[in-house]
Amino acid sequence: MMRHIISILIENEAGALSRVAGLFSARGYNIESLTVAPTEDPSLSRMTLVTRGNDEIIEQITKQLNKLIDVVKLIDLVETPHVERELMLVKLKTTLETREEIKRTTDIFRGSIIDVTANSYVVEMTGPSDKLDAFVAAIDKDNIIEVVRSGTTGISRGEKGLHL
Amino acid sequence: MELSGGQIVVQCLKDEGVEFLFGYPGGAVLHLYDAIFHQEDVKHILVRHEQGAVHSADAYARATGKPGVVLVTSGPGATNAVTGIATAYMDSIPMVIISGQVSTPVIGSDAFQEVDMIGITRPCVKHNFLVKNVADLAETIKKAFHIATTGRPGPVVVDIPKDITDPKIKIPYKYPKKVTMRSYNPAVKGHTGQIKKAVELLLSAQRPMIYAGGGVILGEGSKELIKLTQNLGYPITLTLMGLGAYPATDKQFVGMLGMHGTYEANMGMHESDVIIAIGARFDDRVTGKLAEFCPYAKIIHIDIDPASIAKTVKVDIPIVGEVKSVLKEMLDLIKDSSVKPNEKALAAWWKQIQQWRDVNCLEYDRDSNIIKPQYVIEQLYQVTKGDAIVTSDVGQHQMFAAQYYPFDKPRRWINSGGLGTMGFGLPAAIGVKLAFPDLDVACVTGEASIQMCIQELSTALQYKTPVKIINLNNRYMGMVRQWQEFTYESRYSHSYMDTIPDFVKLAEAYGHVGIQIDKPEQVRPALEQAFAMKDRTVFLDIITDRTENVYPMIEAGKAHHEMKLRVALGTSTDRELA
Ligand SMILES: Cc1cc2nc3c(=O)[nH]c(=O)nc-3n(C[C@H](O)[C@H](O)[C@H](O)COP(=O)(O)OP(=O)(O)OC[C@H]3O[C@@H](n4cnc5c(N)ncnc54)[C@H](O)[C@@H]3O)c2cc1C
Ligand SMILES: Cc1ncc(C[n+]2csc(CCOP(=O)(O)OP(=O)(O)O)c2C)c(N)n1
Ligand SMILES: [Mg+2]
Repeated sequence: MMRHIISILIENEAGALSRVAGLFSARGYNIESLTVAPTEDPSLSRMTLVTRGNDEIIEQITKQLNKLIDVVKLIDLVETPHVERELMLVKLKTTLETREEIKRTTDIFRGSIIDVTANSYVVEMTGPSDKLDAFVAAIDKDNIIEVVRSGTTGISRGEKGLHL
Repeated sequence: MELSGGQIVVQCLKDEGVEFLFGYPGGAVLHLYDAIFHQEDVKHILVRHEQGAVHSADAYARATGKPGVVLVTSGPGATNAVTGIATAYMDSIPMVIISGQVSTPVIGSDAFQEVDMIGITRPCVKHNFLVKNVADLAETIKKAFHIATTGRPGPVVVDIPKDITDPKIKIPYKYPKKVTMRSYNPAVKGHTGQIKKAVELLLSAQRPMIYAGGGVILGEGSKELIKLTQNLGYPITLTLMGLGAYPATDKQFVGMLGMHGTYEANMGMHESDVIIAIGARFDDRVTGKLAEFCPYAKIIHIDIDPASIAKTVKVDIPIVGEVKSVLKEMLDLIKDSSVKPNEKALAAWWKQIQQWRDVNCLEYDRDSNIIKPQYVIEQLYQVTKGDAIVTSDVGQHQMFAAQYYPFDKPRRWINSGGLGTMGFGLPAAIGVKLAFPDLDVACVTGEASIQMCIQELSTALQYKTPVKIINLNNRYMGMVRQWQEFTYESRYSHSYMDTIPDFVKLAEAYGHVGIQIDKPEQVRPALEQAFAMKDRTVFLDIITDRTENVYPMIEAGKAHHEMKLRVALGTSTDRELA
């Protein structure tokens, strides 16, 4: 089942998010991640939804989403050249011995350490989701206090965009 | 003009041309009811249960094509309306439901009679609105009517907190003539290239089948459908929701298809090489086993809702657009085409269809000395000269009405197909009778269904809506019993009631006429007597055969050519194409 990134331009109305979430649960579609925030036009929100399904399911998902009155437009980013990014914050236990190693790994992954205490770091990292997965895998599990991820957002390459 | 929120709602309904408002009062809508008190243009119909209000308004919409409008209070009033809203949603019926809500400052505090109506109805409405500002009220109501009645129709809920209708707060009123919504632009015209391809395929057919549904009625496309069918000379079948879209008494009509469709319709679908689906949504009651659905056919599908296309069945030529406009374009192309329908192949196809017709799948025991439900419906047809509007509840009686009352016009057959809501029939009949006081209105029901909204008998008296209730009383939830007979070795688990009311006395208690009959020879006279009482609601309690089943039947997991017939035909699928 292929992964799809559905990027939605939606009215910034109370309840718009629950219409999308409700649609997915009512029809049994899965949501891997969902991010939403207003755009440069405060009356519109941009939502990015990662889901999996065969072609028929994805076709129904996009049709059903388009049917929602609040949805203005949408595209499936995987159908076009695109970039995708996710933000991750990881809190790690540190000791004198592990600090250097963690710092090095963070550098390799082009993350940055944005909070430091005597025995912890907070690492900030953005990138495609699989890069974030790789970082988490590279860190000793016992050192991880918590992982917070934003879910994927994305945008198409080139001059075309999703707008009114 | 300066109006309060309550007055604005009522004025909007007037400006929208609303004739009837079906409703029930309560705390959250008292300001609104006060505004209603001061006017007479919008007639308020006080029901006895909010479910009844929604069904009545829904049936009014089905019969007239105009949106049905409902007003209920918050909390229990709103939740009582939900079954009705879901019923309308499943059958794509245009409606606007106004529900009261607790005042905006207390929303979310578990205030008295608070429910999250927006949340509860989200999955069963086309859209819903919570009005948070009196200045938005008129535009929101306009949007609600716009959304409900355009594209694929459906119910729209407008939830109005009590403070929004406060009589002390008045603002200038103007009803918008038009609304445009950047996020809502339903398609009208179909894609010309697709329509061309569809016509080519249609004209190349050897064993064509026209399969049309509720969308033709919703989209007022009956005239075009008749033209198309008759110009091509092809057989046509209709879904339960499509009945009446093409005259059932015409020779090209092969009956309803699907689970309880005719042998000829289902066999025709199974053997067809080109199917055109028009405003029909390939429901599971229609398709039977999907893997064996129409194995030899290329399929054209016209539907206004892209999500209806390729939802369950893959189609070869999808056309998104309104039935009426797409069919018009098709008719023009067919007229101008040098290719004509293949006469020779068609003659052979009709010959084959005739053989299937000869099976006489709707035949039943006419010599029985117990009243057969089918006989009642046939007599109902005779007595009303085929010109009644028939509403129904849900069960065997619904199928008998669909099979044995040939509907020749759209909007004459009013039933809950998608949700299958018992309790729909009586309030529906009342809504229809209000819209068409001069037409005969019959409610075909069963002794179980009728009890689900029986309280509306009181509404029928108050508003003088003399409908005829044809209660096919088999002392069973017949449809359930039939499934138990076929698939649970006749273990009739809770599919009958040990106590059934005396319907004659019950009708009389509500101020109506009650008649009970139990012999076949009483059927005709009783029906004549009932319909002769023009100004009375009559409850005809007809004691019918308890053991009767609905045939043909495609059982769960079976395909079109595997119908169970009243008289088994053996295992042959009759695949003798002439
Ligand atoms: C006990 C019971 C038994 C049943 N048995 C059967 C049976 O044997 N056979 C049967 O057929 N049904 C049966 N049903 C009904 C079934 O459940 C469905 O409700 C019905 O088949 C759906 O009909 P339809 O396909 O015409 O779609 P509808 O529900 O009427 O939907 C209409 C379609 O048309 C589209 N549309 C709407 N407006 C337009 C427009 N202007 N232009 C283009 N498209 C438009 C809509 O998008 C939708 O896809 C039964 C129901 C019950 C309760
Ligand atoms: C509200 C509701 N509850 C349950 C059902 C399931 N159901 C479908 S048909 C039926 C029996 C209907 O009995 P009756 O009204 O006597 O009609 P009959 O089948 O006997 O003609 C039931 C219980 C339903 N459709 N609706
Ligand atoms: Mg019964």
